[in-house]
Amino acid sequence: PSTSQVQRGLEKLTPAQVDQKTAEVVQYFLMKDQKKIPVRRADLVKYVVKDYRTIYPEIIKRAARTFEQVFGLKLVEIDPKHHMYILVNNLETATSRAAPVECPTNPKMGLLFVILSVIFMKGGTVKENLIWNTLKKLRVDPGQKHEEFGDVKKVVTDEFVRQKYLEYLRIPHTEPVEYEFRWGPRADAEVSKARILEFMGKLHEQDPRSWTQQYREAHATQNSS
Amino acid sequence: MSRQLGDGHRRFLQTMMGVYIIDELKAKALYQYCCETFKMQCAADRLDEFIETINLKLQPMFMQVRKGMSEENGHQYYALVNTAETDITRMTSDYADNELELFRKTMDLIVGSEKGTASSTDILNSTDTMTSKKLKKSETEHLLTRLVQDKWLCEKRGEYTLSTRCIIEMEPYIRSMYQDQVKMCHICHNVAFQCQICENPSCGIKIHNPCVARYFKGKMEPQCPACDDFWPHEIPEVRGLRSQSKK
Ligand SMILES: [Mg+2]
Ligand SMILES: [Mg+2]
Ligand SMILES: [Zn+2]
Ligand SMILES: [Zn+2]
Repeated sequence: PSTSQVQRGLEKLTPAQVDQKTAEVVQYFLMKDQKKIPVRRADLVKYVVKDYRTIYPEIIKRAARTFEQVFGLKLVEIDPKHHMYILVNNLETATSRAAPVECPTNPKMGLLFVILSVIFMKGGTVKENLIWNTLKKLRVDPGQKHEEFGDVKKVVTDEFVRQKYLEYLRIPHTEPVEYEFRWGPRADAEVSKARILEFMGKLHEQDPRSWTQQYREAHATQNSS
Repeated sequence: MSRQLGDGHRRFLQTMMGVYIIDELKAKALYQYCCETFKMQCAADRLDEFIETINLKLQPMFMQVRKGMSEENGHQYYALVNTAETDITRMTSDYADNELELFRKTMDLIVGSEKGTASSTDILNSTDTMTSKKLKKSETEHLLTRLVQDKWLCEKRGEYTLSTRCIIEMEPYIRSMYQDQVKMCHICHNVAFQCQICENPSCGIKIHNPCVARYFKGKMEPQCPACDDFWPHEIPEVRGLRSQSKK
């Protein structure tokens, strides 16, 4: 809808109606965010915005403002082509002492962090076998049912991909078919490369700056993430 | 006092969105932590004011941080609640229709019981009268585990009770849904499930176990505060806040 259409749409509604719809949109995003599922604009319009579609741009603007001002979250469009959105934490996460109340963290996030680290250290793209071999060394065998993660292969190639943490792409012209992994847009928005490098430095007892390429990349993009 | 929201408020709210409920001690520690981290002023007795500031901004979103008492230990808790949907439909994103039906039946059993509990056997038996797709035994057991994990129910030795989160969040629903059955605690005036009951048939008031402990503490001849009859139940001990550092 154009600006003037939005304006005309708003004139037909009471402020309370617009507030109510904004609240519904906020709740919908928060519910999806709990499971880290990106929100598609098409679904949002179909299931929540409904008859208010003419003022959609105004509602999404207000929802984004609410996320920032009330929840400390940022609404990010991760896929401009298919119009998909996620919520990213806007607040500084590194603090000097541990929080007295920790939100329960999903154990799968540790698995994800390892995979993202490998991809980043290897220059952004890795063949899937390298990932499976790395995980095997950590006693997480993608061929076996894991006590905590269940079907590891499915978690990595399906769940993390749907959540937009990873991209799992077929390498063209390979026979038999081979796949490779890359960072997904949620990882770009949410995960700090500087933190990964710091972690690698500790793991290998090495100065993070010795990985020149990665160090440059981590500190070039740090502010945007 | 400034009503502006700072990052400290936002971090407090983010934590509440992750844990849903915390006891007063942890809430105070979290409040202090959030203030220190984001360099905000912090006064020990200002927690409720701090939460009020958050609630003002949450109100248009039909959310609220609400205070309530645990029937288990009598301590105060803070829960993040949804105020738009006051009935159990607020759980529809996490549970299927037949699972919600069984949760409703479990609530019926708990509210209808004297002690505010329902046994796993009774819950399993109540699947016989389900109108939606009947849950199998294993599915029911799995559902009960999830309801405990999600902090809607508590379980002790096969007996289920409504959790503090559930009571804080659903009190308006429970009060309207079970008008004829539900009773208020004679001492704290909140809904009472796990409690003691006056045995005088013309009285029958209810008092939460922790409220009993506080009210009768040190009294040699406990008498009902409503009818003066002898209070025949064992008086539990007052449980201190210190002993609950770990849940
Ligand atoms: Mg999201
Ligand atoms: Mg709902
Ligand atoms: Zn009471
Ligand atoms: Zn009495």
